[in-house]
Amino acid sequence: MSLHPQALTPDYRSSRLRSPNQKLLSLPAGPGELTGPTFGHGLIGPNDNDLIINYAAPGQAAIGEQLMVHGYLLDENARPVSNALLEFWQANAGGRYRHQKDSYLAPLDPNFGGCGRTITDSNGYYSLRTVRPGPYPWPNGGNDWRPAHIHFSCFGTGWAQRLITQMYFEGDPHIPLCPIVQSTADPKAIEGLTARLDMANTEPMNFRAFRFDVILRGKESTLFENKLEGN
Amino acid sequence: MARSQSASQTAGPYVHIGCTPNFAGLENMYGGHELGAEMFSSDAVGTWMTVTGQIFDGDGMPVTDAMLEFWQTDASGRYAPHGGSEGWGRRAVDAEEARYKLRTILPAGLGCEAPHIKVWIVARGINLGLHTRIYFDGQDNWQDPVLAAIDDPVRKSSLIATRDGDHYTFDIHLQGDYETVFLNV
Ligand SMILES: [Fe+3]
Repeated sequence: MSLHPQALTPDYRSSRLRSPNQKLLSLPAGPGELTGPTFGHGLIGPNDNDLIINYAAPGQAAIGEQLMVHGYLLDENARPVSNALLEFWQANAGGRYRHQKDSYLAPLDPNFGGCGRTITDSNGYYSLRTVRPGPYPWPNGGNDWRPAHIHFSCFGTGWAQRLITQMYFEGDPHIPLCPIVQSTADPKAIEGLTARLDMANTEPMNFRAFRFDVILRGKESTLFENKLEGN
Repeated sequence: MARSQSASQTAGPYVHIGCTPNFAGLENMYGGHELGAEMFSSDAVGTWMTVTGQIFDGDGMPVTDAMLEFWQTDASGRYAPHGGSEGWGRRAVDAEEARYKLRTILPAGLGCEAPHIKVWIVARGINLGLHTRIYFDGQDNWQDPVLAAIDDPVRKSSLIATRDGDHYTFDIHLQGDYETVFLNV
């Protein structure tokens, strides 16, 4: 089952001119939808998934609350999606992105770039180390603030599984107020995008762990089923 | 236990930090190499060509924060027959005109599908990545199942790149009179 947002969600103003008016054309899956690019583990450098140090000067570290975010990339039938590329990006601890177009007054952290990547292991497991991103204000016509979030870009085994989403943090009071979060009207969908504090994997005197799984469309979902039935 | 798919969320205006960090200004990130910069290795067999185009919103304004990804067959009609990411590419559009440029080989058709490049589009304001296809003027397009399913000739033409020698042009309109046909993949 998919809980994706509609294309047009007027409370998120940018969607008004960037959502197609016409219905999507439904398409029987072909080989191109069932295959996709793969990226070997050799691509990934030792610090690619460590945002605390992967942009920092030698011996330096990003400023902020140190976290590990970890979990599994699975399909809808809870089968691991292994060897899949995950890419992450986020604001720094003050809520500022390292980007020319971000002019928020919070300072840049010279030791924080804000991007990372990893490839899931044979169990679909991934982890990253980072600092907790700050909430930030954004232009949407009112007094809008994004809840703290990490952007996730996910490849599966097929082109049809390609997904970009965002991870939020349990207990963030901005979650119910944010039109981007609320574009996914279903409370279950929002729950699925919310990472949970994971004390069992929190390292004493070092970092807190948050658990976040990403679920991609499964081989038994509509598209892949249609394919098997020769639809 | 079955679980619901994670809901899509917009890639936002800063997708390039995560996906094309060097373009975004994170100097020398990942050794300065941008994933998907090459569709095929330079010795790939086939007819090399360029595809360029712009992406526009419902007011005809360029969508300057978009990221596009492409996926296509090789010249013998196969998707990455040796594994890896041959036939896959990624582009940030430029910050002024929202223009992209792709150097690639002409894909071959597969089954009844005419030669095409699959395109996936994300940007601020796009809640769920949009899928479309670039077909090519002058190819055997008439029996392709996607093109055959579109009656309106203007809509159909939104999926066919125009040709000038070995250069093709393919613009994307997210909304409006010239809205591109998007696919429920
Ligand atoms: Fe963001």
